[in-house]
Amino acid sequence: MQNIFLFIRRYANLLLFLFLQVLCIYFIVSYSKYHEAAFGNTANKFTGRINNRFNRVEYYFQLKKTNDSLVKANEVLYNKLRSNYNIADSVDKIVIDTMRIDSILQYRKFNYLNAKVVANSTAAQSNFIVITGSNVHTFKKGMGIVGVKNDVVGIITEVNGDYAVVMSLLHKDSKISGRLLKGGETGTLSWNGEKPNILTLNNIAQSTKVAKGDSVVTSGFSATFPRGILIGRITDTKKETTNNNYKITLRSAADFFSLEYVYAIQSADAEPVKNILEKAKASVN
Amino acid sequence: MSILVKNIIRAIVFLFVQVFVLDKIHLHQMVTPSLYFLFILWLPFKMQRAWLMVIAFIYGFILDSFWHNPGFHAAACVLIAYIRPFLVNIFIPQEGADANFEEPSIKSMGGLLPYIIFMGILSLFHNAWLFLLEAWQFGNIWYFLVKTILSTAISLLLIIIAELIFVRKQKFRTNTV
Repeated sequence: MQNIFLFIRRYANLLLFLFLQVLCIYFIVSYSKYHEAAFGNTANKFTGRINNRFNRVEYYFQLKKTNDSLVKANEVLYNKLRSNYNIADSVDKIVIDTMRIDSILQYRKFNYLNAKVVANSTAAQSNFIVITGSNVHTFKKGMGIVGVKNDVVGIITEVNGDYAVVMSLLHKDSKISGRLLKGGETGTLSWNGEKPNILTLNNIAQSTKVAKGDSVVTSGFSATFPRGILIGRITDTKKETTNNNYKITLRSAADFFSLEYVYAIQSADAEPVKNILEKAKASVN
Repeated sequence: MSILVKNIIRAIVFLFVQVFVLDKIHLHQMVTPSLYFLFILWLPFKMQRAWLMVIAFIYGFILDSFWHNPGFHAAACVLIAYIRPFLVNIFIPQEGADANFEEPSIKSMGGLLPYIIFMGILSLFHNAWLFLLEAWQFGNIWYFLVKTILSTAISLLLIIIAELIFVRKQKFRTNTV
């Protein structure tokens, strides 16, 4: 017994060192649990408030860029207006079904809610974005986030009071499905942790036609993002030697260095899809 | 100014400079400028190793909470806090200099070269451990090595600049009084 105490006293520093390292590695491995822990919430609120203060200053330096991107987004939207198009045949007539007007809400699948970015990182291997705004209290874990030009940015991982934390596409655990706009094949999108704005698309068979400059869009398989939101454009394709797939590199459409405003996508399908999935899982088990 | 107040101010300043200035600079994906750990390297000589590690852990953890990645910087900080006393023993020029001076500096380490080596080794350990933990699943050894060495060089440059900006007067204390 005495020897044990002697041992502990002799190696107290080493033991403390090992204990703290193990604690850190535990935090790293189980970071998602940390988000739900009470301490994580306090830390989030505290850092969120400080970040918000500093962002007010930083915001002015980005005003020009933000303005440019908003003008471009507006241009795209104006070009989609119905009054811009000629009707193909003068005999045709646009008729709006009056039956649907009352129940128009039922036909809306996705709703965009704006939010302001207060903190954003690109340097680490696991990057998060913190957003705030008047809509934050309606946000939920798992909602998709797009930039002002309607390009994929990330997915909400935590909501807490006035702030929400978004797992950026530039996160080593970020996995969303991407679809080739031309062919329609879907693969898994991930980030290899090296260059920001450069993503990889896996699980595309070598039999598909892929060319540089092709667009990769969201698949719409999950209720997180609507179908066909731009993720990025292909910059390079390589044939993998170990399997029959391509390794596709693409440049993300969203500019992660200068995010100022984003939109959260509220999906009407999210709840029912989640419920039915849980039911299916329960019945299998 | 008492040592406690001085170190608290230092901790806050380094933390804010790291989060709001250095982390916003995108030099290259190979280079992450980090300076915040200089706070731990500048802590007094006479501080016990256990306290050094606990303070380093808390300090690293606060930095981690800004980026919502708990553990990474805390682990690296604890590592350098643990090995700092060994290096102090190796690099301190004569017997008892750590009792005569308050904290590591060019003067107390006995010249610029030992000081730079001391800082260089600790920042190398810090960056290496940080990138190793971050890159756990990538396993590209050359990428890791180049990134560590380049980041350490930038860290050293920043440390020298910090040393020039914050002139620290080191009083020679004798233990005879």
